[in-house]
Amino acid sequence: MNEVPILKIGSTLLVSIQVELQDDTVLQLQEDLAARITRTGARGVIIDISGLEIVDSFIGRMLASVAAVSRVLDARTVVVGMRPAVAITMVELGLGLHGVQTALDVDRGLALLSPDSGAAEDVLLAAVERDAG
Amino acid sequence: MTTTSPTTGTRQPVRDDSDVVRVRQAVRRLAQQARLSLVDQTKLVTAASELARNTLVHGGGGEAEVELVTSGLRTGVRAVFSDQGPGIADLDLALTDGWTSGGGLGLGLSGSRRLVEHFAIDTTPGVGTRVEIAAWAR
Ligand SMILES: Nc1ncnc2c1ncn2[C@@H]1O[C@H](COP(=O)(O)OP(=O)(O)O)[C@@H](O)[C@H]1O
Ligand SMILES: [Mg+2]
Repeated sequence: MNEVPILKIGSTLLVSIQVELQDDTVLQLQEDLAARITRTGARGVIIDISGLEIVDSFIGRMLASVAAVSRVLDARTVVVGMRPAVAITMVELGLGLHGVQTALDVDRGLALLSPDSGAAEDVLLAAVERDAG
Repeated sequence: MTTTSPTTGTRQPVRDDSDVVRVRQAVRRLAQQARLSLVDQTKLVTAASELARNTLVHGGGGEAEVELVTSGLRTGVRAVFSDQGPGIADLDLALTDGWTSGGGLGLGLSGSRRLVEHFAIDTTPGVGTRVEIAAWAR
């Protein structure tokens, strides 16, 4: 069984899956992530799946579970880097990934999770209000 | 029984999680050899992953046979998953999106049927299950 490393960048956990995922590895990653969120108090999780050639129902369920578990633990999960062929296949398989936030790449994922992204909206809102006022 | 040569086919056991990965890799290698499009490769490998897992989890283990096939002028890949497990009593139900006898998402059979050009299933309660899939280059 291959282990998938979990990196911590500020208050975000970053997982980049670069190995062929077998089912026991998937379950291990799911457990490790929940433990790491609790232990570190991370507010965000980015799972980079650009290295994955397929996402089948087992991997899809893990992604949805991690997103759900992180929500309960007050953290947000963003799945990034899904290949187009994988996206097309997942839809046809019937995997919706409901409740899973996605972004094109790690940078955009980080931007989504950044506390400033809320602030940026406020800045914009403030500017609009200034203009209106 | 079909005979397969090492370059055009493999027969491998499906006894644990690592075997499922090896089946995926064999299917991908032959799908590339058959010049399936990237999307069709991805669909075929995904279907194979679902079916190999079913062989392992529901069938109690078995084997997978993967080979290059030709149909007229087209080249393709066929994969056969077989086990001597409990079989499927109600096939229509098992092929329903979201139906699982436990533990899964219930998308393996119904979903993989959508992903490939050819899908055939032969199952007998108490005897076992055999699922055959194939896809051809366009
Ligand atoms: N090889 C098999 N042997 C016995 N039962 C099977 C086999 N493959 C599938 N099934 C049955 O069909 C159901 C649906 O399979 P599937 O769509 O892959 O969903 P899941 O594996 O998530 O339960 C399974 O829950 C199982 O009851
Ligand atoms: Mg299944």
